[in-house]
Amino acid sequence: MKLMKNLGLSISAILILTLLAMGIAMNHSMTYLLTVIIPYAAFAVFLAGFVYRIVKWGSAPVPFRIPTTCGQGKSLPWIKTNPVENPSGFWGVIGRMALEIFLFRSLFRNTQVEIIGGRPVYGSAKWLWLFGLMFHWSLLIIVVRHLRFFIEPIVPWIAALSAADGFFEIGIPTLYLSDIALLTGLSFLFLRRVIVPQIRYISLFTDYFSLLLIIGIVSTGLLMRHFFPADLNAVKTLAMDWVTFSPVAPQGISAVFYIHLCFVFTLMAWFPASKLMHAGGIFLSPTRNLASNNRRQRHVNPWNAPVKVHTYEEYEDEFRDKMKAAGLPVEKE
Amino acid sequence: MSFDKIPKPDQLIQIQYAPPKTGWMETPVEFRPGTWSYSGTAKSLTALDLPNPRSWQPSDDDWKLPENWQAIILSGMKERLGKYRSFRLFMDVCVRCGACADKCHFYIGSGDPKNMPVLRAELLRSVYRRYFTKSGKLFGRLAGARDLTMDVLKEWFYYFYQCTECRRCSAFCPFGIDQAEITMMGRELLNLVGCNINWVTEPAANCFRTGNHLGIQPGGIKDILDFFADDIEERTGVRVDVPINKKGADILFVTPSGDYFADPGTYTCMGYMMLFHEIGLNYTFSTYASEGGNFGLFSSHEMIKRLNAKIYAEAKRLGVKWILGGECGHMWRVLNQYMDTMNGPADFLEEPVSPITGTRFENAKSTKMVHIVEFTADLIRNNKLKLDPSRNDAQRVTFHDSCNPARAMGLFEEPRYIINHVCNHFYEMAEDTIREKTLCCGGGAGLGNDENIEMRMRGGMPRAMAVKQVREKHGVNRLACICAIDRATLPPLMDYWVPGVTVSGVHELLANALVMKGEKERTTDLRGDPIGG
Repeated sequence: MKLMKNLGLSISAILILTLLAMGIAMNHSMTYLLTVIIPYAAFAVFLAGFVYRIVKWGSAPVPFRIPTTCGQGKSLPWIKTNPVENPSGFWGVIGRMALEIFLFRSLFRNTQVEIIGGRPVYGSAKWLWLFGLMFHWSLLIIVVRHLRFFIEPIVPWIAALSAADGFFEIGIPTLYLSDIALLTGLSFLFLRRVIVPQIRYISLFTDYFSLLLIIGIVSTGLLMRHFFPADLNAVKTLAMDWVTFSPVAPQGISAVFYIHLCFVFTLMAWFPASKLMHAGGIFLSPTRNLASNNRRQRHVNPWNAPVKVHTYEEYEDEFRDKMKAAGLPVEKE
Repeated sequence: MSFDKIPKPDQLIQIQYAPPKTGWMETPVEFRPGTWSYSGTAKSLTALDLPNPRSWQPSDDDWKLPENWQAIILSGMKERLGKYRSFRLFMDVCVRCGACADKCHFYIGSGDPKNMPVLRAELLRSVYRRYFTKSGKLFGRLAGARDLTMDVLKEWFYYFYQCTECRRCSAFCPFGIDQAEITMMGRELLNLVGCNINWVTEPAANCFRTGNHLGIQPGGIKDILDFFADDIEERTGVRVDVPINKKGADILFVTPSGDYFADPGTYTCMGYMMLFHEIGLNYTFSTYASEGGNFGLFSSHEMIKRLNAKIYAEAKRLGVKWILGGECGHMWRVLNQYMDTMNGPADFLEEPVSPITGTRFENAKSTKMVHIVEFTADLIRNNKLKLDPSRNDAQRVTFHDSCNPARAMGLFEEPRYIINHVCNHFYEMAEDTIREKTLCCGGGAGLGNDENIEMRMRGGMPRAMAVKQVREKHGVNRLACICAIDRATLPPLMDYWVPGVTVSGVHELLANALVMKGEKERTTDLRGDPIGG
């Protein structure tokens, strides 16, 4: 039961947030807080927190160069190397990091073990990679699409991205492919966490909460677009007011919009304190972002401290007689 | 090696992957015989000036810790969070996606969820959150945080000495989180209050004093190497030199002491000596730096440096040009990723150039230390060796990539190149079990001791089963490797899971095939077994 407790608590937290947002929608002074004060506060917490975390990681030195090598290293000239999986220089590292960040290279390696016929069998298991990638890319597209609320006139490439995203023109207003992909990816990640016993076993409150929060944001977004249309002009006005630092609490935008906002601001404030910081952390991972050229180029440890060693003199002093008896040369007779 | 006290293979393979009903924070560790290693003795700890030397065992209720042990560990943790970006980052960025879970050989072989790398790391992360993050301080359990209690410490001991630092999980992690790095930190912290295992501390203490893990004194080393020379003469009719502590040698040769000490490593050592004789290499062994391996890697970064310092110091004293290193896994993790940083720069040495082929080893130009399989592959490539692979025809060979040369160097092709030139029958194991995805022998990182036998057989099971597959398919009877720990731990693993497969270093196979000047007709291989089977 303990295992379901984290899930239950996460669902409760989301419900409380929802109720809170609905309460806010009904109370004018609270909508003022949500639309005029909190946006700046949440954004400030997000930005400052993000920077703080990166600086904190960055300020810890990298004493040793410890890349995990996943391909043939650079050695003799006639041996074919794998410059990306085992980078020997700057461009290799860039390539490796790009593959990792944009295509989740390591996750693509994933296998699943089962004991079949008395031996472990390593089956292909690309689902996590596929849905993970789907989720992250569609999230990026959706965030970028939202820039249309914050920029006037809308720059052409954002408009083009939105048009491409809605290419199939299903329904009115057009259903965005990225919305479908995001929801599919999220559902997979969430269900996997709840259903697979091992994953449920390792899951913490934060794991469920992060997913549910984003699911909440996407659901309210979809509701506003397709079922309870929000007054887009009012939303745009509000967003532009934020950008120009002259926010005015809006009138008559649907309650769903307030729930949406409430979730988004929670996510922003929660982000730097949570595991979601993997978004920044991945750039700093020393097993991935260093070249495997240790023997070619010395890596310097800024805190390299002297240690107590056993010198040759001490060694010979202890064993001199035995060394001489064995006919081994000695420094001091 | 006796397997009497552990379940039979067909029972051991019945692995239950369903996690227990109780949450992991509520499931205390049970020190079951066969699954843990004896404590470090007071004598070894004293020899190394390590804290809290005493007589105790992990199965005892009272671990005889200093009164303020929590404070010691927490301040040690704080210090390391400030000194290692890896540690700080790996404490924070895990999303618990679980991709690493079934990549660990100990998890595959035991089904114990705390052997999933993610959970092994959470054992430490939960304490990190409790004392070093705001959310952990405020929300406790809800934020995945817990107090550092005696139960937690026991859990650390059990599971950080149930990780061989093989880095397989790290290859699969989307953020490159390296459990080896976390285990190393966990072990450093345990060491601060005197909780270590004897199979690590005793070799380290030996190495500090005598120059090698096995505690062999200078005369002993000379006797052993002379004995190898006798054996070589008996098999080949060629008398090889045994240069030891020789000033004026071009090259210092450093190999793990396991190669001097026990079969089948000894045959690999004979292989090196025959090769060096045949090409007329002006080299020397050293008794002071008679250990390539470094059990410091399994206790603390400081200990790595203390033990490793001998190699450069000896190279300087003997006035060699550069250093050549034998076949060993964790030894090369240290030589490749730590030595130059810790004890360099080796500006008193020359950039390594093969005196036989003239090849410049550009990849080792700063460290000045070349891996023997690079050196030998270059010799073969330049036709400097006369080889008769048919002498290994009795062997149907497969190759086990040792964890560290694989995932800390990327040394994949060189050993295969040699094997392909010295054997006629070479078969690769399944793709998911070799190269960067290679599986551990189950006894690395100091866990290859007798009392830990059940866990070794469990952890080595995935490797053994991959061997079993090629044995059934191709009749493989020889498992080649480039690691001294492998040569010690794989033979019992094979006896248990895949009887009939023997283990050898690559240079043993090379020496069998090596046609030496002035040799007599060879009727046996180095082991005295008839050639051709």
